[in-house]
Amino acid sequence: MSKIPAELKYAKTHEWAKPMPDGSITVGISDHAQELLGDMVFVELPQVGAEFAAGQECAVVESVKAASDVYAPVAGKVVEVNAAVAAAPEKMNKDPYGDGWMFRLQPKSAGDVSALLDAKGYAALVAAEKH
Amino acid sequence: MGQRTPLYDTHVEMGAKIVDFGGWDMPLHYGSQLEEHHRVRRAAGMFDVSHMTVVDLKGDRVRELLRRLLANNVDKLTTPGRALYSCMLNPAGGVIDDLIAYYRDERWFRLVVNAGTTDKDLAWIGRQAAPFGAEVAPRRDLAMIAVQGPQAREKVYAALGEGLREATERLKPFHAVAVGELFIATTGYTGEDGFEIMLPAKAAVFTWRMLHDAGVAPIGLGARDTLRLEAGMNLYGADMDETVTPLESGLEWTVAWNPPARDFIGRAALEKQKTQGVARRLVGLVLEDKGVLRNHQKLVCDDVGAGEITSGSFSPTLNKSIALARVPAKATGACQVDIRGKFATARIVDYPFVRHGQSCLK
Repeated sequence: MSKIPAELKYAKTHEWAKPMPDGSITVGISDHAQELLGDMVFVELPQVGAEFAAGQECAVVESVKAASDVYAPVAGKVVEVNAAVAAAPEKMNKDPYGDGWMFRLQPKSAGDVSALLDAKGYAALVAAEKH
Repeated sequence: MGQRTPLYDTHVEMGAKIVDFGGWDMPLHYGSQLEEHHRVRRAAGMFDVSHMTVVDLKGDRVRELLRRLLANNVDKLTTPGRALYSCMLNPAGGVIDDLIAYYRDERWFRLVVNAGTTDKDLAWIGRQAAPFGAEVAPRRDLAMIAVQGPQAREKVYAALGEGLREATERLKPFHAVAVGELFIATTGYTGEDGFEIMLPAKAAVFTWRMLHDAGVAPIGLGARDTLRLEAGMNLYGADMDETVTPLESGLEWTVAWNPPARDFIGRAALEKQKTQGVARRLVGLVLEDKGVLRNHQKLVCDDVGAGEITSGSFSPTLNKSIALARVPAKATGACQVDIRGKFATARIVDYPFVRHGQSCLK
């Protein structure tokens, strides 16, 4: 069973978002997503300053198995990226909610973040996918 | 539910992620494909390859049959226990399957063919065997475990008994020996030393556990694929099939042109292709830019035309992406690969990419 921390918000496309004190969100992919993809070998991160619409492709992760797009969970501007994960993509497998974070986004609207799935909602989505 | 090998329950118990592979429920990995890959390169790992089919051919004219059936020359097998890699071709020179032939005795040859092609192989072999009065017997009663890696032999002796040492210690690559109910061959699909062990299906679980207890890690199909790609070994259905010949698939070394009088199936077509010039060839690629090469990505080679990746992946040993690709025969140097809409530069190289744990790249 994959981990789904209660304090995070989730997108239907398997990204997690962690609200930060400054109003930005930290984004990564869920434990479930990294399990499905397998060992990560390559990560292409967005540029700092780039702006994305909600649901827009903003990063690529490649595992031994396949390439997969990562989508912006909400509309916003990239304010920081995790260079360490580009250098060592296995961090996304080992610690998807910690060292494996991908980028930080300044949302256009704080309301968009609260509209994301909560842990319970995401757990239901994962369970439904398995059937 | 797909077909299952005698080891299926053991795989599940050992934490395997199971996937469908050509109608078989097989282990993809047991946790980490990368770690499994390194385990084989650095120590020893074992693969359940029981989905592949052992076919015994028996009769007075079996050698004659194989002279006709195989593009490689079975007459290279002069002493019992020798093994030979070959393609089996259709009359157009297309590859029906690639296989290993083992010489047991003058009335008994053993073939090991791919899982996904077994039905058509058996139909084809059966048709060709009839005029030679040869018996074609698929051995569903056998399982097969491959133990590969620099420590493979020592671990096999530790697990299955020192008694095997004397019989197998001096075996060179592509040899085999029967020891009791085991048939032990120095063949494999990783570019490392090791054994492929054919054994009674009922002994598979017991043997697998003994090997596991001796420190041989179970390895899934995921690592099997990256290991064989690094070793520059073709995968049937990806790198070649019935629409291409061995000459277009980097396998001319397996076609025995001599003696010229040996009329193997597909020979005329191959000779014609060779005379006219082979338009495409299989090459190795190393990605210079970031990203991962994948099967079916298209590529452009400067001035000489387009090609396609037949097997692409990330090479854990080289820590970069590598591929086999079918390109215009004249292509050399650099080419541009279309990776998800962006062009990346790859270099055409000789392969294998890795042998015995070491990079072969210049």
